[in-house]
Amino acid sequence: MQLDVQRYARDTCVVLAVLGELDLAGAPRLRQSVVSETATGIRHLVLDLTAVDFIDSTGLGVVVGALRRLRAHDAELSVVCPEQRIRRVFEMCDLDRVFTLHETVDDAVSARESV
Amino acid sequence: MSSNARPVGSVEFAVPPMPEYLQFVRAIVGATAALDDRLQPGRVADVRLVVSEAATNAIRAQAAIQVTTPILVRCDLTGDRIVVEVADHGPGFDPSAVPALPEVETPERLRHESGLGVSLMRQLADSAELESGSDGTVVKFTFVVADA
Repeated sequence: MQLDVQRYARDTCVVLAVLGELDLAGAPRLRQSVVSETATGIRHLVLDLTAVDFIDSTGLGVVVGALRRLRAHDAELSVVCPEQRIRRVFEMCDLDRVFTLHETVDDAVSARESV
Repeated sequence: MSSNARPVGSVEFAVPPMPEYLQFVRAIVGATAALDDRLQPGRVADVRLVVSEAATNAIRAQAAIQVTTPILVRCDLTGDRIVVEVADHGPGFDPSAVPALPEVETPERLRHESGLGVSLMRQLADSAELESGSDGTVVKFTFVVADA
């Protein structure tokens, strides 16, 4: 399955729901979506990886890059990652110390609103 | 040793050095590894991830010098282990020259979008071997299959 990125608004956030396999082939599609959102002056982006079937270090790199881009614009990034097989790849690279991995989009949105 | 009762097979194939073929590489190698029913599903996922990382490195290596020769992928079930090999025609690779990433919680770390693949492969495979020279790189990973 090729990577697909679906965009929608939730409260004051923009959600990018990623579907498919996040590897070297799919990474440019997501990176471009993040760059486009950052350029609009967004304040909070949620990357929803619930429907990601596979992620490797290239995919993780896109998520790390998204955080860097958003922080450079004083914006925030939340990551939704309920699937253990995907979460485990974050953990093996210690990136669970960088990102709070939320179970649902609602969790990610409400966690930010409660800050 | 009871390897005579175990699945023994191998698959060897060549793919163009293009990212679009990574899914195919994962599917073929994952399906071959899964022939050994002693391998837990999580370990099949590990094999898929390792071969994907290795093939990604191979694609990048050849792209760096614009070589379009196919990349060779091999997966062998040898009774008590699964061996995965990826060979490219890139410019060679010195793993000791790969700089360590900054600490994960430092701002400098966010400047590095790559460099995690080698760490992942080393964590997931039971052993890794690398032969590299000016005519290319061969990486070989072994996954030990424990009897249930």
